[in-house]
Amino acid sequence: MVDTASREAFVEFERVQKSYDGETLVVKDLNLALPKGEFLTMLGPSGSGKTTCLMMLAGFETATHGDIRLDGVAINNIPPHKRGIGMVFQNYALFPHMTVAENLSFPLEVRKIGKSDREKKVKRALEMVQMGDFGGRRPAQLSGGQQQRIALARALVFEAELVLMDEPLGALDKQLREHMQFEIKRIADNLGITVVYVTHDQTEALTMSDRVAVFNDGKIQQLAPPDTLYEAPENSFVAQFIGENNTLEGKVREITNGVALVELDNGDLIDAKPINVSKPGERTRVSIRPERVEFNLDRLEEGSHTLKAEVQEFIYMGDIFRTRLKVAGKDDFIIKTRNAPDQVRLKPGEVVEIGWQAEDCRALDAN
Amino acid sequence: MSASFTPFVLTFDNKNNGDDMSNASEAPTPDDGLNLTDNENTGPVLAADGTPLKRSLGRALRRQKLRALMLIAPLLIFVLLTFIAPIADMLFRSVENQIVSETLPRTVVALDDWDSTTGELPSEAVYEAAYYDIFIAAERKLHTRLGSRLNYELTGASSLFRKSGRGLDDLGEVYQDQFEDLNEAWEDGETWALLMGSGDWQDKAYAWEKSSGDLAPKLELREGIEELLPKTAAAYSSFANFVRVDDGDNPATEDPWSPVYTAFWQDLTGGATVASYSGPEAELLMEAANAAGGFESTTFSEGFAGIDKDWASTPIWQTIKTYSPKYTSGYFLNSVDMQKTPDGPELRDANERIYGILFKRTMFMSMVITISCIMLGYPVAWILANLPARTANLLMILVLLPFWTSLLVRTSAWKVMLQQQGVINDVLVWLGLVGDGDRLVMINNQFGTIVAMTHILLPFMILPLYSVMQTIPPTYLRAAKSLGATNWTAFWRVYFPQSVPGIGAGSILVFILSIGYYITPEIVGGTTGTFISNRIAYHISSSLNWGLAAALGTILLAVVMILYWAYDKIVGIDNVKLG
Repeated sequence: MVDTASREAFVEFERVQKSYDGETLVVKDLNLALPKGEFLTMLGPSGSGKTTCLMMLAGFETATHGDIRLDGVAINNIPPHKRGIGMVFQNYALFPHMTVAENLSFPLEVRKIGKSDREKKVKRALEMVQMGDFGGRRPAQLSGGQQQRIALARALVFEAELVLMDEPLGALDKQLREHMQFEIKRIADNLGITVVYVTHDQTEALTMSDRVAVFNDGKIQQLAPPDTLYEAPENSFVAQFIGENNTLEGKVREITNGVALVELDNGDLIDAKPINVSKPGERTRVSIRPERVEFNLDRLEEGSHTLKAEVQEFIYMGDIFRTRLKVAGKDDFIIKTRNAPDQVRLKPGEVVEIGWQAEDCRALDAN
Repeated sequence: MSASFTPFVLTFDNKNNGDDMSNASEAPTPDDGLNLTDNENTGPVLAADGTPLKRSLGRALRRQKLRALMLIAPLLIFVLLTFIAPIADMLFRSVENQIVSETLPRTVVALDDWDSTTGELPSEAVYEAAYYDIFIAAERKLHTRLGSRLNYELTGASSLFRKSGRGLDDLGEVYQDQFEDLNEAWEDGETWALLMGSGDWQDKAYAWEKSSGDLAPKLELREGIEELLPKTAAAYSSFANFVRVDDGDNPATEDPWSPVYTAFWQDLTGGATVASYSGPEAELLMEAANAAGGFESTTFSEGFAGIDKDWASTPIWQTIKTYSPKYTSGYFLNSVDMQKTPDGPELRDANERIYGILFKRTMFMSMVITISCIMLGYPVAWILANLPARTANLLMILVLLPFWTSLLVRTSAWKVMLQQQGVINDVLVWLGLVGDGDRLVMINNQFGTIVAMTHILLPFMILPLYSVMQTIPPTYLRAAKSLGATNWTAFWRVYFPQSVPGIGAGSILVFILSIGYYITPEIVGGTTGTFISNRIAYHISSSLNWGLAAALGTILLAVVMILYWAYDKIVGIDNVKLG
């Protein structure tokens, strides 16, 4: 799925660059291809270039360099209204002076579709988002969640094959947002449409996408399915950005049998899986997920390196326990443990030995 | 939201972030699970201490309301005194017409019986009443004011009254001279005081000193004198009152004015039973009564006709009768080119109609100015709203610049630009587009007024448009384009409807401002480009016909209100946004 050949790609960015002021690039050499039917999320902090990419695809921004192809056709010079791409905006952008039905019928009217056809399609689209009875209302009379559905229906009503969504759930509260995530995913799967979704919310990205492109500094840092992204981040930015992570900095002392021995800055030694490091002497930042840290040393392999840790804080969070430790001179080391009947509850002040499987600890670049 | 809406329900709603639009009758949506069913309790809600919640709330809010009222009080009083009160006064002036009945009280009563439609002159009684009325008015110097007032309705009335003020004096002097020739005692004010006043009053009057600062004692008529000499008593009373109040002198020592002699003669020749009189000066009175029959005399109507022949024709009397009520519709009729006639209101002659044309012209030009402002202001506002804030603010200063320049300077500048030897004509001649002989006439006509006023009122259109457009997110246009609309369709179907409230607000501002504009049309309007307001100003400051000015102003106010109402009906006033 990841390496779909370029000619099969439905949407394709090739060496795309974008600069607003002629001095700095907000998008640097973007290469991205996605096949029909894929749900791709562009994830990244604000200013990372993800929205610019989406706007270039929609046609509201022009690429400074490179080609954007849709179904094999370069669309750089096609105006937005001829691209036939559906779009859901951050604040829905429902036309306030039109009713819901008029909003939905707008894209059909400009396509000169007959009245009876229009009505049929509008009705079907409204039913698809379970808003069949709301056609006569004005957007202002709808709640945020309902407006969201209408915006989705409007982007789908003219049977676009590609739908772009620009942080569509940003304005909703948590519960509704989670509900709508599944809803959007369900509708997209049912219709088989291709979706490019932009968000800065990593949970949203992980839940909904087939693949996630993590953006930072105008570049795609990693493009991978959610599980890979979480479990096997390719660089420290992705490791930091996706989920919670503990990081320790040090130098590679040796690499044997695919395991790197890292000497931390205070002289302690740990085992890690080398990802972005290749030779001894390189500086590295190792990253380990809080839920993969063990303090029951029986579960570790013979000869594993361990670290001394002093418990700073124990937080009861219901389903999990969150323990903050002081490790190798840093006091922001987090361990998450499941709230099981036999689970040990560490007390502040206690000193424990912690360790991990070498493959759970990833030695990444030091930047 | 159901009728049982209470603050408690509201707190639940807040938890769902207002996601409460769906209810049982509508299709289920996944949000439904988040909604609590509406509270079924419909009784009055009580506060913690058992009082109804509404009353409790009202009490809590009263202090706030009082404070708010105190805060606006200075402005409220200011507006009441300087704005509402003058407008009320203006509305009142447009129908007020007390001057006729106040200045000519006897004449107005006497004219009641006269039928103005027959073409006959009024009776002698009317002339008699007018004699006394106009004489007193002339003494008070009020007759010219009345003359000016009636001159609005009948040309020539002003000079007629001025002439009559003098002439009527001569009319009475005929009798005065004859009585005085008969006996010198009649020349003496004290003789009259003795005859007419009660003893009591005379004592008080002679004791009065002018330096005391008080008015002289009020005349008390001798008992029985009113029955004996009714007209003389009335004339002497008004004389005494005038001397006492208006001149601040002592009536007992002043020589009476001529109408007293006229009235005296009327009484004596009218069959007064002088023989029954036994008070002081009875001999003198008897002497006069015997001689009066042989005096040289004339009738009032002849006297009036002698002063001016206009008094011997019906129009002046018709006018006085028509305008004798305290309130009149005359000013309003005048404002719509009609006039009061004995046969009811009718349209003026075609060559005398001016206000209809002026009203129509004012409306038409204001409309043209408003439309020009929309055409010129809309693109500017659009650009301003879509520029980055810094640049927009800079350009906004350019838009506001005219506000900081004197209105007079701007208008005069247009005069320089547009006149025949002005900048534009010079350039056109220099370019050879227009011959030197036939330079364009662009000033002192409608064109000049429209150009100058469009320029002056443009900011009033741009500002509301700009602030409305600023609130329209650019995503709407993008959304429309992403849905397949061309630039034009996106603008026309999506952007423009949302900017209509700005157009509405701007149009109302510009139209209402221009409908009452005065200074610019006055300077650049010439004769064809003036507005109704220029006419109002003329009546206020030149012709001094304030009643007509007030009526015109009232009509203008009514027109604006009607337009406002119509706008509310058609577009809806909540669709007006100033920002």
